[in-house]
Amino acid sequence: MLRTRLRGVTLTDIVVWLIGIAILVGMIWGSIATIKLGKYSLSTWTDLIVTGLALGGVYALIALGYTLVYGILRMINFAHSEVFMSGAFTATFAASGLVSLGWWERFPILSLLIVLAVAATVSATVAFLVERIAYRPLRHAPRLVPLITAIGASFFLQYTFRGLYGSGLKGYPEMTIFKGEVILFGIRFFKTQLVVIIGAILMMIALYVIVQYTKIGKAMRAVSEDKDTAALMGIDVDRTISTTFVLGGASAGIAGILYLLLFPVAHFFMGFIPGLKAFTSAVLGGIGNVPGAFLGGIVLGLLESVGPSLFLDGLGIPAAYQLKDAIAFTVLVFILIFRPSGILGERLTETKV
Amino acid sequence: MTRLSPLFRETMRSALIGGAASLLLALVGMVESFRERFIISGWFNVGQVLFLLPIWYAIYTTLRRFPDENRKDTLLAAFVGGAVGSFPLVILLLLGSVINLRAMFVNASPALYRILTFNQGVWPGTLLLILVLALLGLTAGGMLQLSQRWQRALIQGFVWLFVVGLMRDLILTVTNRWGPLAPVFRSIFASSGLTPVGGILLFLIITGLSYRRQQKGTAPKKALDPKMRWVAFAGVALIFIFLPQILGLYFSEILDNVMMYILMGLGLNIVVGYAGLLDLGYVAFFAIGAYTMGVLTSPELNANPLTYWQALPFAMLISTISGVILGLPVLKLRGDYLAIVTLGFGEIVRLLVLSDWLRPWLGGTQGIQLIAQPQIGNLVLRSQVQLYYLFLVGVAIVVFIAWRLKDSHIGRSWMALREDEDVARAMGINHVTTKLLAFATGALFSGIAGTIFAAKLTSVYPHSMNFLVSINVLALIILGGMGSIPGVFVGALVLIGAPELLREFAEYRYLVYGALLVTMMLYRPEGLWPEARRRLELHEEEEVPASDALSPSPAE
Amino acid sequence: MKRLLVVLSVLVLASIVLAACGPKAQPYTCTDPLGCVEVKPGEPIHIAYALVISGADETLGVDSRNGIEVAIALKGKLLGHDIKLTGEDDGCSAEGGQAAGTKLSADPTIVAIIGTSCSSAARAAMPLISKAGMVMISPSNTAPDLTEAGNPNNHPGYLRTAHNDKVQGAAAAKFAFEKLGVRKAATIHDGSLYAEKLQAVFAEEFQKMGGTITAQEAVDPNGTDFKSVLTSIAATGPEFIYYPIFVKAGSLITRQAKEVPGLENVYLMGADGMFSPDVVEGAGDAVEGLFVSSPDLAAFAAEYQSVFLPKYKELFGTDPISIFHAHAFDAANMIFAAIEKVAVQQPDGTLYIPRQALRDALYATKDFKGLTGNLTCTPTGDCADPKIAVYQYHAGQYPPERIWP
Repeated sequence: MLRTRLRGVTLTDIVVWLIGIAILVGMIWGSIATIKLGKYSLSTWTDLIVTGLALGGVYALIALGYTLVYGILRMINFAHSEVFMSGAFTATFAASGLVSLGWWERFPILSLLIVLAVAATVSATVAFLVERIAYRPLRHAPRLVPLITAIGASFFLQYTFRGLYGSGLKGYPEMTIFKGEVILFGIRFFKTQLVVIIGAILMMIALYVIVQYTKIGKAMRAVSEDKDTAALMGIDVDRTISTTFVLGGASAGIAGILYLLLFPVAHFFMGFIPGLKAFTSAVLGGIGNVPGAFLGGIVLGLLESVGPSLFLDGLGIPAAYQLKDAIAFTVLVFILIFRPSGILGERLTETKV
Repeated sequence: MTRLSPLFRETMRSALIGGAASLLLALVGMVESFRERFIISGWFNVGQVLFLLPIWYAIYTTLRRFPDENRKDTLLAAFVGGAVGSFPLVILLLLGSVINLRAMFVNASPALYRILTFNQGVWPGTLLLILVLALLGLTAGGMLQLSQRWQRALIQGFVWLFVVGLMRDLILTVTNRWGPLAPVFRSIFASSGLTPVGGILLFLIITGLSYRRQQKGTAPKKALDPKMRWVAFAGVALIFIFLPQILGLYFSEILDNVMMYILMGLGLNIVVGYAGLLDLGYVAFFAIGAYTMGVLTSPELNANPLTYWQALPFAMLISTISGVILGLPVLKLRGDYLAIVTLGFGEIVRLLVLSDWLRPWLGGTQGIQLIAQPQIGNLVLRSQVQLYYLFLVGVAIVVFIAWRLKDSHIGRSWMALREDEDVARAMGINHVTTKLLAFATGALFSGIAGTIFAAKLTSVYPHSMNFLVSINVLALIILGGMGSIPGVFVGALVLIGAPELLREFAEYRYLVYGALLVTMMLYRPEGLWPEARRRLELHEEEEVPASDALSPSPAE
Repeated sequence: MKRLLVVLSVLVLASIVLAACGPKAQPYTCTDPLGCVEVKPGEPIHIAYALVISGADETLGVDSRNGIEVAIALKGKLLGHDIKLTGEDDGCSAEGGQAAGTKLSADPTIVAIIGTSCSSAARAAMPLISKAGMVMISPSNTAPDLTEAGNPNNHPGYLRTAHNDKVQGAAAAKFAFEKLGVRKAATIHDGSLYAEKLQAVFAEEFQKMGGTITAQEAVDPNGTDFKSVLTSIAATGPEFIYYPIFVKAGSLITRQAKEVPGLENVYLMGADGMFSPDVVEGAGDAVEGLFVSSPDLAAFAAEYQSVFLPKYKELFGTDPISIFHAHAFDAANMIFAAIEKVAVQQPDGTLYIPRQALRDALYATKDFKGLTGNLTCTPTGDCADPKIAVYQYHAGQYPPERIWP
């Protein structure tokens, strides 16, 4: 492996590595300068890390849906961010209904289950419809065509929900059981942050189990390998793909509720940025790979939260957090230079895609 | 229960889908918003068309699939279908009369109910709605009893009536310039939509003409002989030259935007269409071109501002270099990994120009103003009409380059890489220089577009450099037909020009735009004007009467 | 081609017939240097808007447009004519402003324009609109250069009912320094021209008074996680955080600031972009104690509650989503008043509105009683009442309580 690599080294490889090394040096230099500066105490750093972990959990939750669909269809489902939004937005109405019934505080677990069910159902329905209308007829079209219908569907959904529910903000009511803090290993977590991180882990495990060990998961993997052969083997390709979308949609709905625990405000544009970040996470971790999506989400969350303080503050750059996405993307380039198919991506992908 | 015949079942099913679409249009607020936009002043408005048309269309298209049914059954199915199609709206009305739906659906307003019930109160109005829709269904059934020719003519008449009525304001801005003809057009329009007389006249004329035209039959189109081709070419060129004079300032503005996107589209067409490298951050080069122009020519940031022409070569050089810089680290990446890195590049550029950190050099949030406009002799190209010609020259040059590149050695190499990178490399194509050239050329074209953009506005702001621009350019080349130069023109006209016309739909613009994008891609997945080679490939596929399972799987 | 010819010839004939039956020539001659708008009997008076009504910033423009529609609904008829409102999306960008400006200036029936939402759009639209002889009143432009005499971005025919950033930023600094007695402040902006300028003015004034600015940060208006940036601000030890941004990010910052150690007792303050029931909705209980600066609504609160709000809710089904509807409402009413003042009515009901006279009448607006105070226009077009008040939010309550001055 190493030998074949070395033999193929060319001038461009060296230039590319130099770029990578330059990025690395910049990061290290910035970090040292920041630590020398001593502006932040240890507790500030842990706070930043915890925030990053929770944020990463949210990205991971959404990224799982992206990666699931990508794993089967090899297409970026750009409308996934709107699938996420539709469930979360609708659930806020269920939540305020439950509040006015008085159930919200009296039966918190039941309320939470109802809200989760609403969000998952709406998201799954939207995902199913998007697949049925905008993707299925194009299954044999050139690869980029579904990408464009996905973008079209995304606009359509955003503005449909804007029309339906209005363009204002909709608050998501807090629950007393999720208020307050927990100290774990001497580190301070908010309960909501813990719930999100645990939720993301559980969801990752659940999806991993479904894909790897169930019958439908087997069908999904078969369809992912080769649709035509799968069809010959008696797998209903259309149904498998629909199921995938429903599953991905439901996971987006659940992600929406966990997102609302952390950021309790819903509006029609809420899917765009998290969707973009989740897409980035999925690629960072190796798109199509379920644990990879999780890992990518966490890494991205940490980068956004810790990165600006760590890398830029010491260099005296004003308004460092304005550049958090720039840092995240720079590091993404850095990682992809050395691992062209993501952190956990299969090496195979290079020849496959 | 007795089984319904397929005719009834299908009609009712699609009428229900149509009804659901009507319900959606009503709930997103379009029906209410357009209640004062008349097609024919005082008679009927766009809002009504929006909630009636989906049901009518659903019934009409379904019934057309059953040409052999007898007349009585068809009409009955149409009537029942119309009544069934009203159910979604009826449910809304009944539900809305009991509980306040507005807590969730902001547009479920009393005003909407009034429109849907024709102002007759809940119960009589609901019955009236069912009746109206049933009768409307009947007209769909009745239409089918006419000859094909009349059907087509009538549909054309209605479509024209709708479009002309809707586009009243735009048509008037153009015709107001046409001197003696202006009062003619003004006389057929009311303050909203057409006047009844004008509307009926228009409808009769269009229907009659369309009926007559079909009589002649469709003679097979003859291919133009080479001489005629040059004449046609000259004609097209003349039209392009005189377009802004005919259409006026506002249409020049639209044309400028279209041309700007054509410039970018031609560039991205090389990257994505020829070389097959998916780039989602194309706006970066546009930004780099615009900002280089801004930094070099604005006295705000620069003690010795250059003129447009002096700064242009620098802008071109810098955008080309930035293309190479992006190209280097992504050489090894393929497919979606490439997409995300390019997207990131676009974001990085936007964030840098927005940042407070670089504000002393790039203007930050407040952007750059007082950017120089191109000057030829003593003439400063200032208005959109004058800038149109600058765009025209730019597009002409770029089209020529893109066209020559396509069949050149490098063009072939790009396409080889697109089809199969491994094979291409095995055949001795240097993938490094080939890919970098694609990125550099694409970046150059986009940078040029950016410089004209900056000059047109005399200012640049970071907010203009958003992801949406990249998406628009990508969508237009795919809609036009990947790798096709005329496709870029068609795509830009449809995706950039049409939304300008869709301004009539104001806040529903993106809704309509999204729906349009989906429908058009479903309707023509290969693009509106596909590249000849691709069309050939698709035809080959058509000749094999293959089931889905046997046709070749999409490129992976 | 042939078809077109037939259509045209029929239309020509029709128009000749119609013209023959039409009324005789008008006796009125227009002497206005910029010309007159003629409104025939039965035709509406045409007002246009250029506001951002789609995309990420749309809440800003939609609310303003709603304000105009309420003004029209409450006005009913103007000099016996209906009022027709059409409009353009300004996209909150220079290119959107240029497109909207070009389109509007091509329509000679437009009497006045309300817009734009964003200052960048105004800079690109105003040269065109000014050249066409129209007037434009903005409900939400705040950039100082637009009304600065001699500035290339100041054009005749431009007015605004929103507060100049200089006024509001200085008032916020004064409030923080004098009323709250804080000496160390941090600011956050969201990359919009509005927020960036406001925080810059605030920082400058605050430092002039003797305070220190500990941090000047920036965030993404569509972002969701602001905890990290707040944590890093907390490390600089401010007593006061000023974030004159919009509702979406503003309410999340308000919420998340309460959860950041070191910021529990720091004063938080926004500007009129956060004067909205959505802040209460979005920030939840954390809204308690949040300050916002805003036009002083005290004198007109009763009318606002009893007349304006019910109409707004009736028409749009929601509460107003920002404060700019009030500025837009005032702009519309200023235009109506000016039209009533300058329009020449013919016996047959035809109305002539001289454009230069309309401009002059608007610039001469004095002590106009609006929702946002007593409006008096300066010769360069700043019409907002210079009185800025500070309001304080309480959990679950809207509107917030007026506490200063």
